[in-house]
Amino acid sequence: MNLFSVIDEIQQVDPEFEDRVSPRRAAIKNITSFGSKVAVAALPFALSTLFKKAYGQANAAVNDVLNFALMLEYLEAYFYNQGLAQANLIPSVHKSYLTTIAGHENKHVAFLKNILGSAAIASPKFDLTARGIFGDVLTNYNTYLIVAETFEDTGVRAYKGQVGNLLGNQVVLTAALQIHSTEARHASAIRYLRALRGINIKPWVSGTGTVFNDTGVIAANASYANENNTVQNGIDITTLNAVNGTTSITAAIEAFDEPLDKATVLNILVPFIVS
Amino acid sequence: MFMKIPTDKLQSEGMARRRFLRYAAAGTAVMAGAVIASCSKDNSKQNIYNDHVDLGTGDIAILNYAYALEQLEAAFYTQVIASPYKNITTSEKSLLTDIRDHEVSHREFFKTALAGVAIPKLTISLSSINFADRTSVLSAAKSLEDLGISAYNGAGYLIKGVKYLTLVGKIVSVEARHASLISNLITLGSFADSKVIDLNGLDSALSPQQVIPVINTFISEKKILAPAFGVY
Repeated sequence: MNLFSVIDEIQQVDPEFEDRVSPRRAAIKNITSFGSKVAVAALPFALSTLFKKAYGQANAAVNDVLNFALMLEYLEAYFYNQGLAQANLIPSVHKSYLTTIAGHENKHVAFLKNILGSAAIASPKFDLTARGIFGDVLTNYNTYLIVAETFEDTGVRAYKGQVGNLLGNQVVLTAALQIHSTEARHASAIRYLRALRGINIKPWVSGTGTVFNDTGVIAANASYANENNTVQNGIDITTLNAVNGTTSITAAIEAFDEPLDKATVLNILVPFIVS
Repeated sequence: MFMKIPTDKLQSEGMARRRFLRYAAAGTAVMAGAVIASCSKDNSKQNIYNDHVDLGTGDIAILNYAYALEQLEAAFYTQVIASPYKNITTSEKSLLTDIRDHEVSHREFFKTALAGVAIPKLTISLSSINFADRTSVLSAAKSLEDLGISAYNGAGYLIKGVKYLTLVGKIVSVEARHASLISNLITLGSFADSKVIDLNGLDSALSPQQVIPVINTFISEKKILAPAFGVY
């Protein structure tokens, strides 16, 4: 855990940090020297409390990003918690796999709530069937994994779409990037799980010149819009050298994930939100 | 493990000493010479090496840093596919070929985007990896992917241009997809274990000062310097 690195980084952007936060740095160092299970268990709270105390007065634009992220994490955490609570949904051999993901989503919720403090939104009420689009999501494991895949891929795109709003913000941008790559690991893992069950899907988002949604789930089209883009910063990736010849369109699509803006993500989430 | 990063040790030291130890972490004979040289001079020297690669400053330095990482990853996977390990399965070879193609396209993208300010082609040495052995290859792959993710996550806030930051975001999530898959090939279910994800559910982030010495352990000729990042 990069606790000391984080504190150093906060102090670089905020020289008075050490004076304003409690526990002070010396006390924080002592937490790790205890070496007890209790102290270790207290660390996540201690760290996110540091973020909160240093940035409790964060500007509205940053809070908007964090609350947007929190809503996504509420949905993901609820989805995995509900799935794991069903008696006959997830095969026992996959329980620990999905429990790992659930654990991260719940930690993301706690982390973001702690940073936002009183500015944190409450969790919406969710409908995991998306008004019947995925009617058997909590009874059919195939449907459940399709929705998991869509949530993870969409989450990756949503975080990516927000990084520009956190430009240069050492603490919040770095944390957002750290959540973003965690979600991408999940997305790959869910896709691989589906592949192991015989579905023709890769761990990375693929496509062709005409196929932007590689999942084959039409209801998820909005989550994959423009994922078959092959032009990055004005450079057509298919013109670049490959090991043999030039880059294939498949590689050009897979090598770069695409962002989604907030409005598009919120539209995707509408059917999942009751109130 | 061939490239364990001793972050705990590094982070427990004071600033000057920490920087010094980060050199030592690279651990090669050439680097040891550089460390000795640095003892008798202050840190603001760019001439510790007679022959080096300088990443430059500002966003150019970040993009060159990314280009160096992608050169390393592309060279590694190119070798993996050129001489597949014993008993590689069809599925594994297909997945690793995809990854090779992604890394090569990342490398070529940065080379093209940086054009006249790009660092030269690095001389990559992968002699520490046994390409005939699945365990050696996959553990190296995992280390490289995790290193790349940590590097991009840790450098994001240094970027001034939004389009470059978004670009880094587009690439780092693909690297994370690779890391997840490689971990799953090593041990199914280890795609995001507690070795890489912390108690808040956050993936790792490392500074250029932490990452560049590790990249340098794979460079046999001109090592990387980055005064803009405090790497001399």
